[in-house]
Amino acid sequence: MFKKLAIGAAFALALTPAASFAAGGGEQHIEDFHFSFEGPFGTWDQNQLQRGLQIYTEVCAACHGLRYVPLRDLEALGYSDEEVIAYSADNFEVFDPELDDFRPAIPTDHFPENNGVGAPDLSLMAKARAGFHGPYGLGINQFFKGMGGAEYIASLLDGYTGEEKEEAGTILYENKAFPGGWISMAPPLSEDQVEFTDGHPATVEAMSEDIAAFLMWTAEPKMMERKYSGFVGVLFLSLLSVLLYLVNKRLWAGVKGKKRD
Amino acid sequence: MSGIPHDHYEPKTNGEKWLNSRLPIVGLLYDTLMIPTPKNLNWMWIWGIVLTFCLALQIVTGIVLVMHYTPHVDLAFASIEHIMRNVNGGYMLRYIHMNGASLFFVAVYIHIFRGLFYGSYKAPREITWIIGMLIYLMMMGTAFMGYVLPWGQMSFWGATVITGLFGAIPFVGEAIQTWLLGGPAVDNATLNRFFSLHYLLPFVIAALVIVHIWAFHTTGNNNPTGVEVRRTSKADAEKDTLPFWPYFVIKDLFALAVILVVFWAIVGYMPNYLGHPDNYIEANPLVTPAHIVPEWYFLPFYAILRAFTGEVWVVQFASFITGGIVDAKFFGVIAMFGAILAMALAPWLDTSTVRSGKYRPMFKWWFYLLIIDFFALMWLGAMPAEEPYATFSLIASAYWFGYFFVILPILGVIEKPLPQPETIEEDFNAHYGKADADATPAE
Repeated sequence: MFKKLAIGAAFALALTPAASFAAGGGEQHIEDFHFSFEGPFGTWDQNQLQRGLQIYTEVCAACHGLRYVPLRDLEALGYSDEEVIAYSADNFEVFDPELDDFRPAIPTDHFPENNGVGAPDLSLMAKARAGFHGPYGLGINQFFKGMGGAEYIASLLDGYTGEEKEEAGTILYENKAFPGGWISMAPPLSEDQVEFTDGHPATVEAMSEDIAAFLMWTAEPKMMERKYSGFVGVLFLSLLSVLLYLVNKRLWAGVKGKKRD
Repeated sequence: MSGIPHDHYEPKTNGEKWLNSRLPIVGLLYDTLMIPTPKNLNWMWIWGIVLTFCLALQIVTGIVLVMHYTPHVDLAFASIEHIMRNVNGGYMLRYIHMNGASLFFVAVYIHIFRGLFYGSYKAPREITWIIGMLIYLMMMGTAFMGYVLPWGQMSFWGATVITGLFGAIPFVGEAIQTWLLGGPAVDNATLNRFFSLHYLLPFVIAALVIVHIWAFHTTGNNNPTGVEVRRTSKADAEKDTLPFWPYFVIKDLFALAVILVVFWAIVGYMPNYLGHPDNYIEANPLVTPAHIVPEWYFLPFYAILRAFTGEVWVVQFASFITGGIVDAKFFGVIAMFGAILAMALAPWLDTSTVRSGKYRPMFKWWFYLLIIDFFALMWLGAMPAEEPYATFSLIASAYWFGYFFVILPILGVIEKPLPQPETIEEDFNAHYGKADADATPAE
């Protein structure tokens, strides 16, 4: 009885994240988008990440920074050295303390900080928000759907209702995904705002998903390597468990003999 | 080493004799590894090895993480991102260390409840139990300070809330809090000393672990029956025990491997599941998170801390008789530490002469209720401080104290225990039978 309870307890412990307990704000609606990187074997959709980078560069970068992301990491999105050098120099200027002046960015620089209008940095946004909670603080939703950071971002960008109101001199926009329902960021995306070279449709929903996937990559660039390590580790440890089980069984056979109960 | 009679190390070659007469280290290791261990130990006795492994894992990953981490308020958060993005395998190191803390606490809680059920805390193992409780307290301190190091929002605000508890101590509280923080608020001085202590305490824990093992190697392990190993002769002792190596080492390693499969799956596939998203936002003293929630392993005691508000009559009574010195906040702090102290006092609160809960028909149910209570408190600790959770927290906290201070003392007097086996051998043979065993036939 105790054994069963204790095993159950261990499981319940393992499944009880602190994060899940933080009650979600109001009646947020988070759409459970399907992303290619989800699940144990999911991988990045490189085209999607490239589209996300394009949207970030043309739209988000106006207000939001990516201060923790080195530009050289963009090679992971399938760009060549030359392309990353060109992209860095064409799009960003960074302050160089040695020159005491601004200069075009090079791949060893990070994406610049940008918080002029109080917009938060987006480097880790996909891990700093949880899309899914509960139920009843039990963490079951997160277990099956994931933490939902990318879903939160996509839902937020696609969640504007079109309503707006003025409060203390600030215009607030109604948003189905934002805690409390009113956000100070104006709807950033509109249909066909960005023209993709691969001819992918630029609907608000599609762009929301693309940028969410890109921000998941900026937050967790090593996700694929991590999942691969997880897979290899689980495989080998399982094998080790089987071997140790057999050794243990053999070892104790001489002492235990036949089981009576 | 005293204890259960068994074969001791005999140096055979001249070289061994030379070493042994100067430093008997081989004999010490031999006796430690070959310690006679009750042969009826069940799967609840594997957690000690898991805990030892966790300590080693945390120390090794921690030492490597320190090579890349910067303990400064302006740089700490960025240095964690440096580890996650630039350091070879850094993302794995950090996620293992992060989730390693959770595995450590899963193991320690099962280990503690194992002791509570099988009466491992009872004479003559009180010292083992007390040392264990000290280790547990130090683990909590270490984990708390470690959680501050990434300098995220939860790090900062968790540190603010928890160090604030010391501020609740009457008269000297604020001075103590300032002393702990190294200033009026959580700042660079706090981060630096937490970093220093987070590095120091694991080694203190390691030393205590050695004392913990030394103590129970002197008394011998408890076992599921709670019946002591016969020490009348070596032959008798050998009927009840098997040497730790290889029997229990292999058994424990098998269990550890299975646990590590689950652990590795969590690290590889859902490393942030047990964490809090707010800790991926850099600490900002000007913005308070909507909900400040401690890590899951602190939640039961956090619930007890919050349960005793100014509206509870016990708190009002305490405040009245102390002339207001014990206010609700201080009462909560006393209750939280009291809840841990209650566990430490179990050897003297439990009046039953029977060790194992297996033979205590009434105790069993109260114990199962305690486990449910523990999970209830864990859940409540994460809920907002409002009704109905406040009332539930109060009831659950009351049960926690009631179990140790009322139920354990009374049960020993009123409970009629079930018959226990005479020896460990008898218990073992009741479950397993060798074909040539002289016990009753299997059929």
